[in-house]
Amino acid sequence: MALRPILSSLRHHKLTAGLLVLQVALTLAIVANAAFMVVQRTQRIHTPSGLAEQQLSLVRVEGTAKDENHQARHAADLDALRRIPGVQAAVAVGWALPFSSSINSYGVCPSEEALKRAMAASSLDHSGCLSIDTYSGSPGFLQALGLRVIAGRDFMPGEYVTGDVPAIMLTRAAARKFFGDKDPLGQVVYAGKQSSRVVGIVSDVVRPMLRGDGSDGEVMLWPQLPDDNETTYLLRSAPADRARVLAAATAALQALDPNRLIPEAGRRTYTQMREDYFQRDATMIGLLLSAGLGLLFVTALGVAGLANFWVQQRTRTIGIRRAIGATRTDILRYFQAENFLIVGGGVVLGMILALALNLLLMSRYELPRLPLWYLPAGALALWALGQLSVLAPALRAAAVPPVVATRSV
Amino acid sequence: MFAYYLDLALRSLRRSPVLTSLMVLAIGLGIGASMTMLTVLHVMTRDPLPELSAQLYYPHLDPLPANYPSHNEWGDPSDNFTWPDAMALLKAHRADQQAAMAGGRVLAWPVQAGRMPFRVGGRYATAGFFELFGLRFEQGRGWTAADDEARARLVVLSHALAMKLFGRTDVVGRTVRLGDARFQVTGVTADWAPQPQFYADGSGRGNYGESDRFFLPLATALDLDLSVSGNQASWKEGGRTSGNYTWLQVWVRLKDAAQARAYRQFLVDYSASQQKLGRFERPPGNAALYPMMGWLAHQKLVPNDLRLQLWLALGFLVVCLVNIVALLLAKFLRRSGEVSVRRALGARRRDIFVQFGVEAALVGSLGGLLGVAIAQAGLWSVRQRPDSYAHVARMDLSMLALTVLLAIAGSLLAGMLPAWRASRVAPALQLKAQ
Repeated sequence: MALRPILSSLRHHKLTAGLLVLQVALTLAIVANAAFMVVQRTQRIHTPSGLAEQQLSLVRVEGTAKDENHQARHAADLDALRRIPGVQAAVAVGWALPFSSSINSYGVCPSEEALKRAMAASSLDHSGCLSIDTYSGSPGFLQALGLRVIAGRDFMPGEYVTGDVPAIMLTRAAARKFFGDKDPLGQVVYAGKQSSRVVGIVSDVVRPMLRGDGSDGEVMLWPQLPDDNETTYLLRSAPADRARVLAAATAALQALDPNRLIPEAGRRTYTQMREDYFQRDATMIGLLLSAGLGLLFVTALGVAGLANFWVQQRTRTIGIRRAIGATRTDILRYFQAENFLIVGGGVVLGMILALALNLLLMSRYELPRLPLWYLPAGALALWALGQLSVLAPALRAAAVPPVVATRSV
Repeated sequence: MFAYYLDLALRSLRRSPVLTSLMVLAIGLGIGASMTMLTVLHVMTRDPLPELSAQLYYPHLDPLPANYPSHNEWGDPSDNFTWPDAMALLKAHRADQQAAMAGGRVLAWPVQAGRMPFRVGGRYATAGFFELFGLRFEQGRGWTAADDEARARLVVLSHALAMKLFGRTDVVGRTVRLGDARFQVTGVTADWAPQPQFYADGSGRGNYGESDRFFLPLATALDLDLSVSGNQASWKEGGRTSGNYTWLQVWVRLKDAAQARAYRQFLVDYSASQQKLGRFERPPGNAALYPMMGWLAHQKLVPNDLRLQLWLALGFLVVCLVNIVALLLAKFLRRSGEVSVRRALGARRRDIFVQFGVEAALVGSLGGLLGVAIAQAGLWSVRQRPDSYAHVARMDLSMLALTVLLAIAGSLLAGMLPAWRASRVAPALQLKAQ
């Protein structure tokens, strides 16, 4: 197909065609970056926690009386919770858990020298010590959470205490950071004043709040018993049982002691906790998707609308071309080729704009680099969109009978 | 003449109803999306206390060790004060009004026996708090500096908490139980809810949340070891009253720029003296005095995601406007025949320009109306989000006016180029072609 007549006709519509090119370019730039951000956020939302999330629920209880014997209270509560049909495990846990947004972090040092260095500098930097998040709970909390011991041993019943702990477990990531290739089992780590022996390595689990700097797996578990007026109980059950188990647990706990608060906000399945934690990302995904679809819609609208005008404007020309022998297919191809050229100009400009926008976003919002294959993919999508939008007006143009040429407009 | 142009415009728009409604839809979507985000940002960055904000300042000292990590997950620990520094600033009394404070949540017990207690948020503050921020009392008054010294068990209730606990507000002199202690009520304030809660620790990003329901002396809270909310950081042994533990906020009220300059110098001098004592390790020049709005900017209360959303919406609006320009251009130029007839009959270029301008403005106004509706729906959906700022996302009159203005200005701007091009159509040429 000869492009010259199309180009010379477009020259008559420089401004309009230019605007359409600009619109396609802006759309490609924004949509490519938006699509990339959607993928990023979706991956973030699906960060595995390492827990058996589908089977877990949580109840937070606040005692209103002081001077209670917390350990006796917890034992009685747990006993009642374990009697609920469908409950496979019930433990008291510390307030920090993956995606809980509450943090219990410590500066932890792999040796006494490192501890001294950190203390002298009042800083963990360059001391060999790390800021480690800790999870704790009552006996059996490891299994209840769905974590596995992959080296060494589990905590022994006698090791669960309310104060300084004699034993800890590390994730592989934390152990590697501390001890490199050395065997971590039996090493002593220092967290503040307490020193504890590493008795085991635990399967991967993430920090309560993701940092995204590669340190999300640096976690320590210790057998410290919750000992506070406020306690969180963790229940494990079949996924389908969770709502019923939560309701039954609330009723059982309230019946054991009517003088305490079981706030609504503290009763949730782990699925809800994950959703709450990632809620902003979910909102962002929704907004990016609707903005992207909106842009594509508006662009399709622009393409179709302009093509429509041009067909009306050129009805007479089309008639003449038909009268001197052009087939319907020729006319159809003409409009399709014209659209292909315009969108083509738009995507070339758009790819450059997309990269520029990505650079801007990288500098201001710490976004990673846009993978290059998003650009040809976006270009193909816009070409397809353009061809689809121009189809109806082009078909109408092809239907113009040759006799129009003899009429005056 | 205007009525005639309006009539022409309506006719022209009615001739292609589908295209017209699509143009209106495009502009409405663009305006609606950007106004939603602009409104959210507007309510998040507006002055929470316009009558006093110009005189309120947040002093900033830097008591952290030289290489302490300056930012953790919750923000900069030096944004808050240690107890000795806060008390030193209050004692020096270099400002007209001043107070130190911290937020906290306690269990509040209803007066009727048998009713369950509930958690409620309030502020522990020194006596100057009420004067400093100009709180209005419905009953009674605040407490005095002497009460602070004596660690008196006194409390000021907000209207809402007084109603919830007692069912009435004339409760001065009565006692309430908060946590494990009893407090005598000295006053009841009218509810006071500046948004954002500029004076609170901003690190929790919860500064658009619930307003304070009670106020009690800071020293008393310390005495009773009441729980404190917000970013608390320590770098050496020692409790809340030590010089190695930041947890307090300090605000001062200064008359004019001269007094502010003097106060800043005072902060630098104070830092230098502390450095000489071996307490502060960082340069005294780190001391700063933030005006209230500057402090809010420093606290970065607007999440990055929101800014990104605003840019996204504005980008969307730009594409919509480019789209409208192209469509109007095509539409107007198609009527070149009509234009040349009118021009040949004596219409000036200006007349043509105005005629098409009116048509563009009409599309814009309709789009603006739709935009207002879409923005309202957008804000409603923002309010359904659980973020702490979400519930304040409402459109005020100024934003409403801005929406309509933006729509009309946008489409006028978008219509200007096509209208100008149409007005340049030469009469003779077109007539010949016919």
